[in-house]
Amino acid sequence: MSEDILSLTALQLDALREIGNVGAGNAATALSQILNKKIDMSVPKVAILPLGEVPEVVGGPDSMVAGVYLRVFGPAPGSILFLLPRESAFCLVDMLMGKEHGTTQLLNSMDESALMEIGNILAGAYLNALSFFTKLTLLPSIPALALDMAGAILSVILIQLGQMGDHALVIETEFSTESKGVSGHFFLIPDPGSLSTILSAIGVTE
Amino acid sequence: MPQLIKVGMADYKIACHPNSLISYGLGSCVGIALYDSVTKIGGLAHIMLPDSSQARNVENPAKFADTAIPLLLNDMLKAGAQKQRIIAKIAGGAQMFSFANITEIMRIGERNTESVKNILRQASIQLIANDTGGNFGRTIELRLDTGILFIKTIDKGEKFL
Repeated sequence: MSEDILSLTALQLDALREIGNVGAGNAATALSQILNKKIDMSVPKVAILPLGEVPEVVGGPDSMVAGVYLRVFGPAPGSILFLLPRESAFCLVDMLMGKEHGTTQLLNSMDESALMEIGNILAGAYLNALSFFTKLTLLPSIPALALDMAGAILSVILIQLGQMGDHALVIETEFSTESKGVSGHFFLIPDPGSLSTILSAIGVTE
Repeated sequence: MPQLIKVGMADYKIACHPNSLISYGLGSCVGIALYDSVTKIGGLAHIMLPDSSQARNVENPAKFADTAIPLLLNDMLKAGAQKQRIIAKIAGGAQMFSFANITEIMRIGERNTESVKNILRQASIQLIANDTGGNFGRTIELRLDTGILFIKTIDKGEKFL
C-alpha cells in the first residue's frame, strides 16, 4: 500500500499523463494571456522517481530557482510547485512589470507578489481542468514563494512523501516563452492517498 | 586525487582524509557531520524525517534521524574511528515556506533538528556546532583534513563551523 505508485499500470500512467496535459494546457493558456506571448509546452512527463533524484529534473539540488508552492485542498490533496530558474523568474518579473529585459536582478516585495500571483493563476487554471476532468472539487491554498536551492525547496514536498515511501509520483510539464527568455517546470505531486481517489474518479482503477 | 563524495537526500556516507563529503541543497532536512580528528575519518548523513517509529515504511533507514545516526556511527567505528573522540556538527532544518496557519508538516525542519540533538545526546556524542533553522537552503561540505563544516547559502553568506 505504501508504495502503491510502483504498481501503477500503463493505462493508469497514461491517464495521469492526460490529466497533466489538460491541466497544464489550461495553465499555459492562462500564462499566455497574462504575458500576451506564445507559450510552448512540453508533453507532460509522468515519472516515478526515488525521492533523492527529483531535484535532478530541474538541474540538480544546488541550482538556484524560484519556487511558488501551493497546497491542494479537497478530496485528493497534494502539492503544486512552480519552479523557475532564477534568471527566468527575473525575466518573468520584467515582462509582468513592463520593465526592459534584464532590469530585475533582485526581487522586491512587489515582484514577489507578482510571482506568487502567477503561481496562483497557473495553479487555479490547472486545478480547474483537473476538477472538471475528475468531478472532484480541488482548491489551491494561498501561494508561498522561496528563492533558493532547488533541493531545499523540493525538500518540503519530498519530506511529506518520505513519510509514506521512498518514491515520488511526479506529473511535470515544462513551459517556455517563444523567445526562451522564461522557462519553468510545473509539478503536481499528489499526496500518497490521493492517487487512488483521482484514478477511481476517472474510472481507471485497474 | 582527493575526491568530493556526494551524499544525497536520505543517504549517508563515510570517508577519510584527503577526501571530503558534500551534501547539496538541504532545506528542512538536517545534515549530520561526525568527525574523529585523530584518524581523520568522518561521516555525513542527510536525514529527512525525525523518527522511524512513526513512519509506515522504513525500508531506507538513512531517511530517519533515529536510524541513520547509529548506522553512520557504526560504519565509522568499523573503519577505525574511536567513539570517545567523535564530535558532531549539524546544519539544515530550515522552514522554506511560511504560511499563516502553520501545520505540523511545515514545522518539520524544527522537529528534525530536535530529534537529531536527542539522538546524539543518547549516543553520548558531543554536539559542538550547529547552524539550523531559518528559511533558507544550505549546501554543506565536511572537510576531513580539519573537520571543518563549510556551509554555503544563496544570499546568507558562508560559514565555517
